[in-house]
Amino acid sequence: MTNSTNTEASQAITQLFEDRTLLAKKRAVARKRRNRSEQRFRWAGRLSIAFGIACVLFLFTDIISKGIGAFTQTYVDVEITFNQETLGLSSQSTEQEIKAASFSSFYKKALREKYPEITGRKEKRELYAMFTSDMPLILRNMVVADPSIMGSTQIISMIADDDFDTYYKHSYGRDLDEADKISRLSDMQEGLVDSLAKSGAVKTKFNTILFTNSDSREPELAGIKGAVVGSILTLLVTLALSFPIAVATAIYLEEFAPTNRITDFIEVNINNLAAVPSVIFGLLGLAIFINFFGMPRSVPLLGGFVLTLMTLPTIIISSRAAIKAVPPSIREAALGMGASKVQTVIHHVLPLAMPGMLTGTIIGMSQALGETAPLLMIGMVAFIVDVPTGITDSATVLPVQIFLWSDSPERAFVEKTSAAIMVLLTFLICMNSFAVWLRKRLERRW
Amino acid sequence: MKKLLISLAVVASVTNIVTASARDSISIVGSSTVYPFATVVAERFGKSTDFKAPKVESTGSGGGLKLFCKGVGVATVDITNASRRIKSSEFEQCQKNGVKDIVEVLIGYDGIVLANAKDGVPMQLSRKDIYLALAKLVPGPEGKLIENPNKTWKDVNPALPAKKIEVLGPPPTSGTRDAFAELALEGGARSIPDIAALRNMGADQADEIQALVKKLGIEAAWATSLKNKGASAKGKDVVKIIGRSVREDGAYIEAGENDNLIVNKLVANPNALGIFGFSFLDQNSDKVQGSIIDGNEPSFDAIASGAYTISRPLYFYIKKAHIGTVPGIQEYLNTFVSKDTIGPDGYLVDKGLIPLGEELYEEMATNARALKNLSL
Repeated sequence: MTNSTNTEASQAITQLFEDRTLLAKKRAVARKRRNRSEQRFRWAGRLSIAFGIACVLFLFTDIISKGIGAFTQTYVDVEITFNQETLGLSSQSTEQEIKAASFSSFYKKALREKYPEITGRKEKRELYAMFTSDMPLILRNMVVADPSIMGSTQIISMIADDDFDTYYKHSYGRDLDEADKISRLSDMQEGLVDSLAKSGAVKTKFNTILFTNSDSREPELAGIKGAVVGSILTLLVTLALSFPIAVATAIYLEEFAPTNRITDFIEVNINNLAAVPSVIFGLLGLAIFINFFGMPRSVPLLGGFVLTLMTLPTIIISSRAAIKAVPPSIREAALGMGASKVQTVIHHVLPLAMPGMLTGTIIGMSQALGETAPLLMIGMVAFIVDVPTGITDSATVLPVQIFLWSDSPERAFVEKTSAAIMVLLTFLICMNSFAVWLRKRLERRW
Repeated sequence: MKKLLISLAVVASVTNIVTASARDSISIVGSSTVYPFATVVAERFGKSTDFKAPKVESTGSGGGLKLFCKGVGVATVDITNASRRIKSSEFEQCQKNGVKDIVEVLIGYDGIVLANAKDGVPMQLSRKDIYLALAKLVPGPEGKLIENPNKTWKDVNPALPAKKIEVLGPPPTSGTRDAFAELALEGGARSIPDIAALRNMGADQADEIQALVKKLGIEAAWATSLKNKGASAKGKDVVKIIGRSVREDGAYIEAGENDNLIVNKLVANPNALGIFGFSFLDQNSDKVQGSIIDGNEPSFDAIASGAYTISRPLYFYIKKAHIGTVPGIQEYLNTFVSKDTIGPDGYLVDKGLIPLGEELYEEMATNARALKNLSL
């Protein structure tokens, strides 16, 4: 009996042990499975981050490799004698006389004299096409600036034409297959480039034209100055309008407005507006500002109005979040000390919420800086040569400039497009880093 | 508080300037095909004279004429570019809105090319081949027009390679597409005897049209023409509808308005053909080759002489009422029609414009300088 009890007991114990080990095994399996799925999840996360980084890297290398060439420009040093007879000018000529002189034929004659062996009509045209079509104007401006150079011989740093420039920068002197060579030059022109380069007259310098000129249809003369000034003017208008309106709205809605159906309705609408595609704001601008109020097309003022509509919700939402983050104890303390509601808000809440509001504003501004779609509707997608001097001059903006260049037939605009993208990205990165710095610097924790 | 006040002051001063004074620069809108030429003239005009450089917007021919015909006054545009002639409906719209006197200037031609990558097989096409490859309805075995069954170029014409038909082209909003459909597709359709016969039937031959339309199985198109034109519907109207519709089964791929993009896609896919303006072929001749159409290569001379069959005229229109109000319009016009600009050796020719013939140029330039009114 005792024996059997013993055996039973020992059996039960073994059973128990077995059960335990089985359970432990089961648990181990379950744990492993759980760990594995956790690992899988982590890997999925890592992979998606890696994919994101790879995409960004690809984008940046593509843009930079394409655009880096646009930051240098080919120049050719050519000796030119400012012949008094050919131009009919002397060092005493007035500005008006200089402007009336035919610098175009003077310039062409000077080039022909440099290369007397070039005689055919087609060949002569090809010779003139080696340098930018603005050369006569550049020479004229030199004389206007300093009439005393008349009669002297000067070494002129001539701007190479876009085809010359592209060929020299990317194909000349490199061992390339015929298929990989980027060249629209004729054999005669390539020969000219070769002889010029061997004589040491060809130089590549940093391309200041890109930053000092406005848009042009000649790639070698095209720059982003007009677009950058246009962007700045447009953003100033946007900032001047959207910041006060948005801050006032946010303060009222957070601090003063009663909670009722109307304020709920407004709140829902502000959130919805933030998600409206930007092109819709362009159509709205066209309908209201141009067709109804009769504002002129293509001006930064109008662009600023339209972009204000677009950035308002962004700034309002972030400003409200910033005001909400100010602890109620601050308000209570101020009210307890006898401050009025307005005093409480202006003296205590607003300064504490300001960093958050400013961050939201900068984010909104950088959004506005990169916008093209709404501007398409109001005529800011246009070819404009003159740099705008005020908010009522016709202007275009940086992203629009990129869009226009990407659509141009001339090959050299491909690298200009990438260069302009690099400049725009630099602006955006600066603005966003400033926002981050501002937040880090001024943020207060309770 | 101070900040708020300052901002308010800025807003107030901004709104004061809104009431802008008269415009001091010319405002130009219109065709994206003329845009590359008009911008060059605008830039040089701004640099070589004391006037400000005109502002040029690319809105498309139709969009430009709509803006142009909106009315008279500084808030409206002065000049519009077009890659086709103004339509009578648009002209009437202009008249209705007070834009009475319009000067028309023909500046030259633009060729439309079909091109493929340099490493692809060069193509020799006729307009009929293009029609049979890309139209929605083509003649079937029983003479009826059927949904286009052709899969490869060999199906279209046994002399062509057995490659899949794959053509990248602009979307319906584009003037290039309109011109291509009219010149290449409809032009090719006319080489089908039944369609040619239909095209010659006038409004008085309704019964014959009825019979032919039935034979071809295109009653729907005839019904549409009757609905649009009523009793004046002609065989020509039916051909317009049939000839200009592009197939939608994937052989014609809409590749957007950006011609550079089409060129890049062609390089990536040597089997595909692309449709774009001659200036893009000229600029990218190291990457792509133009197909020979009706025995002629797309070249300057062939387009200028009219031997190359897919080419179209380019125009711009001037609002006469603005001459004298907006400074520089007359001078801009004179610059544009000068020999230096659009003559056979002009700088626009370097940019890919196909110049007018001698006589036509003289006549056009004289009329334009004299500001002769357009009448349709």
